Amino acid sequence: MPPAPAIAVADLVVDRGKKPVLKSVSTEIAPGTVTGLLGPSGSGKTTFIRAVVGTQKVKGGTVTVLGEPAGAKPLRGRVAYVTQDASIYRDLSVKANVAYFAALYGRDRHEAMRAIERVGMGDHADKLAGNLSGGQKTRTSLACALVIEPEVLVLDEPTVGLDPVIREELWDQFRALAAGGATLLVSSHVMDEADRCDRLLLLREGQFIADDTPAALRESTGTANLEAAFLHLIRELEGAR
Amino acid sequence: MSLRITFITAGRILRQLLNDHRTVGLILAVPALIIALISAIMDDAPQVFDKTGLILLAAFPFMLMFMITSITLLRERTGGTLERLMTTPTGKLDLVVGYALAFGTAAAAQTAVAAGVAFLWLGLDTAGPTWAVFLICIVTSLFGMALGLFVSAFATTEFQAIQFMPVFVVPQLFLCGLIWPADQMAGWLQGVSDALPLTYAVKALAEVQAHTEVTSDMWADLAVVLGAVVVATVLGAATLRRRTD
Ligand SMILES: Nc1ncnc2c1ncn2[C@@H]1O[C@H](COP(=O)(O)OP(=O)(O)OP(=O)(O)O)[C@@H](O)[C@H]1O
Ligand SMILES: [Mg+2]
Repeated sequence: MPPAPAIAVADLVVDRGKKPVLKSVSTEIAPGTVTGLLGPSGSGKTTFIRAVVGTQKVKGGTVTVLGEPAGAKPLRGRVAYVTQDASIYRDLSVKANVAYFAALYGRDRHEAMRAIERVGMGDHADKLAGNLSGGQKTRTSLACALVIEPEVLVLDEPTVGLDPVIREELWDQFRALAAGGATLLVSSHVMDEADRCDRLLLLREGQFIADDTPAALRESTGTANLEAAFLHLIRELEGAR
Repeated sequence: MSLRITFITAGRILRQLLNDHRTVGLILAVPALIIALISAIMDDAPQVFDKTGLILLAAFPFMLMFMITSITLLRERTGGTLERLMTTPTGKLDLVVGYALAFGTAAAAQTAVAAGVAFLWLGLDTAGPTWAVFLICIVTSLFGMALGLFVSAFATTEFQAIQFMPVFVVPQLFLCGLIWPADQMAGWLQGVSDALPLTYAVKALAEVQAHTEVTSDMWADLAVVLGAVVVATVLGAATLRRRTD
């Protein structure tokens, strides 16, 4: 018997501003894996992620995380969420930001410093977050989640605007977290990152057009890379109309 | 509610405030300066200054708390940090009480400076004890905080939040007895005045002004303000939504 899914989404329907954004999506995400959530801008990635962390009003369906309804109180110490735009306090230093979120989970300043080092922000720890570059803000926001060492880590486009070296390092960390048993859901625009995921969810116009491993996706579409596989799927869908 | 998280939250909010040196300077200096100005204007009528200066002591922290709470909370709402906090173990009440502790501390510091200048230097005089004045000022400032918390839900930009000042704060200042005694206003205005919590803060201050002992009327008036704090806080906490569209 496979292990119980860390995240189970069934027939999820979400409207935003009276417009349907997610039109009955379902999936199951196994614990200890990295799942990539891919899709064009406006396809509903952030909406899906918000439903998983329990901050999105939903119209129908269920989202279950670690056996509890998404956003339930017991989950709040076990799930961490990194929003698409860095959610940090501009008038606090990097250190104070990370130490604050660390403290909410009973973690100390040393652990905060370690998380800051892990995102390569050690040299900027005393800078005010408002004076950071976009990528540095993103990394600070990420450190605020990494410090918690959550069981489920949900990241909305965490690597946008970061250079290849840092991106590579972060993905190594994501893989290491998953190897340690954590479940990661990561949205991305970048197709070469998709190859580092165990499983991919391709979202388009509010529906999953694929839910498979990268290798299986390449094979079923007969393409060499995922970018081509994605395009192939979209063309197929449009041809079918 | 968790006391630990409440204190962590209050510490974070205070640190944010302290990092903004200019705001700290303005918070501490401006009320004292304005009260000094009023005192100079009313140089020939110390009894009038005793009344006006005393009301201003409570009015400033009230305005301050309204402003900084509505703007800071609006930033939390629009900057995504509120959404993030809602996925952490932070409860709504932890956040609200954290705000009250942090900004209440700021209001206490402001009141201490302004009251120090008014009592020791400008010769402001009350029959009753200074601690009672202080207590009324702090409770009134908490009402400003709770009101700011509540209205921040109806503003989507900082411009709008600022515009709520003339809507929610200025009428209370005009009708509370600061510029004109409430009992000399038209009947319907007295009715409005009686419905505004700030009026009771002013009544409580008048009690301290007139009596050497702390009176039960003062406690009753203060209880009304405290009641308003609770109501506005509950309404404000209800505007913090865990799930949004
Ligand atoms: N607050 C809102 N009110 C109304 N509609 C919204 C709101 N937020 C997003 N939408 C709409 O919902 C749809 C999905 O948005 P979502 O943010 O989930 O997309 P996304 O896939 O994350 O896009 P991106 O890659 O650009 O971040 C979009 O059409 C968007 O316009
Ligand atoms: Mg998005």
